[in-house]
Amino acid sequence: MAEIQIRNVAKCFGSYQALHDINLTIADQEFMVLLGASGCGKSTLLRIIAGLETQTTGEVWIGGRRIDHLPPKDRGIAMVFQNYAVFPHLTVFENIGFGLRMQKMRNDEVTRRVTRTAELMHIEQLLTRYSGELSGGQRQRVAVARALAMEPDVILMDEPLSNLDALLRLEMRAELKGVLAESNTTAIYVTHDQVEAMSLADRISVMHQGRIVQAASPVEVYRDPAERFVAGFIGNPPMNFLPARNTGAGRWAVANQVFDGPDVPATALEFAIRPEDVRPADEGLEARVRLVEPLGAHLLLTCDVGGAMFRAILDSDMTVRAGDELKLAAMPDRIRWFDPDTSLSIA
Amino acid sequence: MSDTAVLLPDQGQTRKTGRWLYAASVTLLCAWVIVPLYFLLINTLSAPETVNSFPKSFVPEFDLGSLTFFAGFQGMLTALKNSIVVAFLTMVMSILIGAPAGYALSRFEFRGKEAFRLLILLTRAFPLPLLALPLAVMFIRTGLDDTAFGLALVHTTLAIPFAVLITFSLFSGIPVELEEAAWTLGCTRLTAFTKVVLPLILPGITASAIFAFVISWNEVFAAAVLTIENRTLTAFLLQTLGEAPLHLKFAGGFILVVPALIFIFAVRKYLFAMWGIANR
Amino acid sequence: MNARLLPYVLILPVTLFLCLFFLYPFVLVAAQAFGGADGLSLDNFRDVVSYWKFPISLKNTMLLAALVVPVQLALALLMATMVNRMKKGRDLVLYIWTIPLGISDLAAGIIWLAIFEQSGFLNSMMTGLGLADGPVNFLSYQNPGMVFLAIALAEIWRATAIMLVILVAGIGLIPKEYYEAAEVFGASPWQRFLRVTLPMLRPSLQTALILRVVLAFEVFAVVAALGGTVMPVLMGEIYAYQFDLQNGGAAAAMALIVLGISIVFTVIILRVLRVPKGATI
Repeated sequence: MAEIQIRNVAKCFGSYQALHDINLTIADQEFMVLLGASGCGKSTLLRIIAGLETQTTGEVWIGGRRIDHLPPKDRGIAMVFQNYAVFPHLTVFENIGFGLRMQKMRNDEVTRRVTRTAELMHIEQLLTRYSGELSGGQRQRVAVARALAMEPDVILMDEPLSNLDALLRLEMRAELKGVLAESNTTAIYVTHDQVEAMSLADRISVMHQGRIVQAASPVEVYRDPAERFVAGFIGNPPMNFLPARNTGAGRWAVANQVFDGPDVPATALEFAIRPEDVRPADEGLEARVRLVEPLGAHLLLTCDVGGAMFRAILDSDMTVRAGDELKLAAMPDRIRWFDPDTSLSIA
Repeated sequence: MSDTAVLLPDQGQTRKTGRWLYAASVTLLCAWVIVPLYFLLINTLSAPETVNSFPKSFVPEFDLGSLTFFAGFQGMLTALKNSIVVAFLTMVMSILIGAPAGYALSRFEFRGKEAFRLLILLTRAFPLPLLALPLAVMFIRTGLDDTAFGLALVHTTLAIPFAVLITFSLFSGIPVELEEAAWTLGCTRLTAFTKVVLPLILPGITASAIFAFVISWNEVFAAAVLTIENRTLTAFLLQTLGEAPLHLKFAGGFILVVPALIFIFAVRKYLFAMWGIANR
Repeated sequence: MNARLLPYVLILPVTLFLCLFFLYPFVLVAAQAFGGADGLSLDNFRDVVSYWKFPISLKNTMLLAALVVPVQLALALLMATMVNRMKKGRDLVLYIWTIPLGISDLAAGIIWLAIFEQSGFLNSMMTGLGLADGPVNFLSYQNPGMVFLAIALAEIWRATAIMLVILVAGIGLIPKEYYEAAEVFGASPWQRFLRVTLPMLRPSLQTALILRVVLAFEVFAVVAALGGTVMPVLMGEIYAYQFDLQNGGAAAAMALIVLGISIVFTVIILRVLRVPKGATI
């Protein structure tokens, strides 16, 4: 059992507050992704869990044991670093076995475990090589194998794929997911890549300016963003926002149309819809096309709706040109509403 | 079109002249360094009579007379031994004292770091041998006067700023993630240092130790001020400059130069890396 | 160990060491220099400055620095740029050029003595080529200019290497893209040197100049080997006060004067070559 609890953790670097009162529980064997732009505090949080950074206030518990005062080696964690941190003076074998040797494990047991993890990561033919003789992808595999060989309760990964090229990243992503699912470890994975986050995570914690703004399943984060920030961050391109004016009785005027919305007393809300959740129709938001970008399977349109920028993803067999006027119908069950004052989603 | 056709051969000519000029200057500058050393070599490998005669031959006669005379000169071998002892002590002390500070500078942010850096830089930009004067008095009181250890202390002061800045740049060249990885894999700060950082840094440390050795080996002023009976080679040669015969001076100079040649060769790989980052 | 205390523990040895062997003796020198028969006095300074050799040794030291340092700077810059575009033999050339780095000023003095002494190689060469009838005694009272030149040559020969090393390292830190960008925008090699290399090299130039200027004021053993008493310099005078005249107070006062000059020049160099904040590579 390695449930991780983060209780009221805050971190200040001098006068700059990097983390504000973080509370998060990660279930045993869960794959949690911390997602956010650079500088949002996600790496800091991971490093606090690892013990590489000390929180200013708060507690960290792993498996029912408070560990925030322990050095990294006593926390039952293993970590994969962004730049791999494969020791250049040791062979691949000794790299993978490094942690086991530190535990004074018997030689034959070290060999057994190293061989097994190396096979798991498909690097058994590289065991005698040094870091300098490996490609980036191979180093990545060594770094993961080194962490897995420890058979840790918790595995922490800090942007482990971001230094790989696109194709390799895709391949390693799938492989990581498979390997970790079999290993029964709790995983925390930091990334700024939302596709990576979506594909790997059981749950995603979206972070922004030192706070966790939403912690939910990938689908929920995508479909029901809790905050306007999440809606504007997740998705490529992200959600469209249009100002909505209250016309009474839960009816809201958006551009040239009127929609059914939440029955709240506010005078103004924000109407939000994903670019792929609109269809060209006879009735809909009047859009003037500014730019057409063919993406193969789809067309990405950048339009002007009521003076605001609006993006739409349409099927690529449509013929649309810049300057065309379209009517775009929003799928009613995909419309979301945000309070412009609190930025929170309104159900 | 026709313009380029006319210009081309001319440009080729200029380029050829340029390349020739470049090669000539490089050769000339190499000669500028080597030829004086070669003259010293001729004098060292000539019989004392030849050294004092005129005119000089421009090829060495491979006579060990001067060197034998040097070895037999009263007190010379002791001075040579003293030089080695002092330089060795300086090397050990400056690394043992300097390297931890270099590590602290590269790995930690702490209050007073800038002040500390300033102290180090100030020390480097200071005519340090001058401080041998008051130390002479202090050493007499503490019984360190005229000892190899006392002089080594002064030489260590000379070498420490370099040791700190060089080890600082060496440690900065080791990604901190390597250490962090070691910590997460079961190392303490100390074992991470000995198992990961030290093996990676050892060649560089050796280079900066050699650098400290050379600083001490070459130092003249403090050595002359602080030693009387236990002269180092530089102090001994300085003292005998007035009355010593030429062949003794040249043989002594040669003995001073030889380790320098070897050491610079040994540390050449690190020379530039050491200075590059140490400057920032 | 407490991670907050650790850096202080690590810098403690150096700090203690420097306090004991750098700051404390510095205070001692100052105390000795300003000490008189009855408390604080400037007597030592007055004595030292009014001594007939003082203006000469000051002038000699300054002139030597003024001649040697600019030549070394120019030479080092030339060598550094040459080596920068070298492909074949770079390591060998660099090794040869940095040999003098390991050679002491005393040894350098002796090496150039082999050239300039009366039965030396310069005389041999000149006689051999028929330029002179017999050996000339260059290093004597009759030829003060020649003595000065010999010392300057020995200094340039010996200490250009340290500047070269600093500058080569500095040039190595300048990303190639800047040169390529400058070239694309039409800068000639000379303009690239003036507009890209020199400004970006400022931190290295700073270090190199400070180190060289301070060391130039400390010139001593080269002079002792080549000039003897023909050309008095400040450091030589300090040595003489300490040993020949047994006047510690005067030696200390002289030491403080050399220190003062060094500090003034360090500050000037830092000022002139200041790197604006945020303008580093």
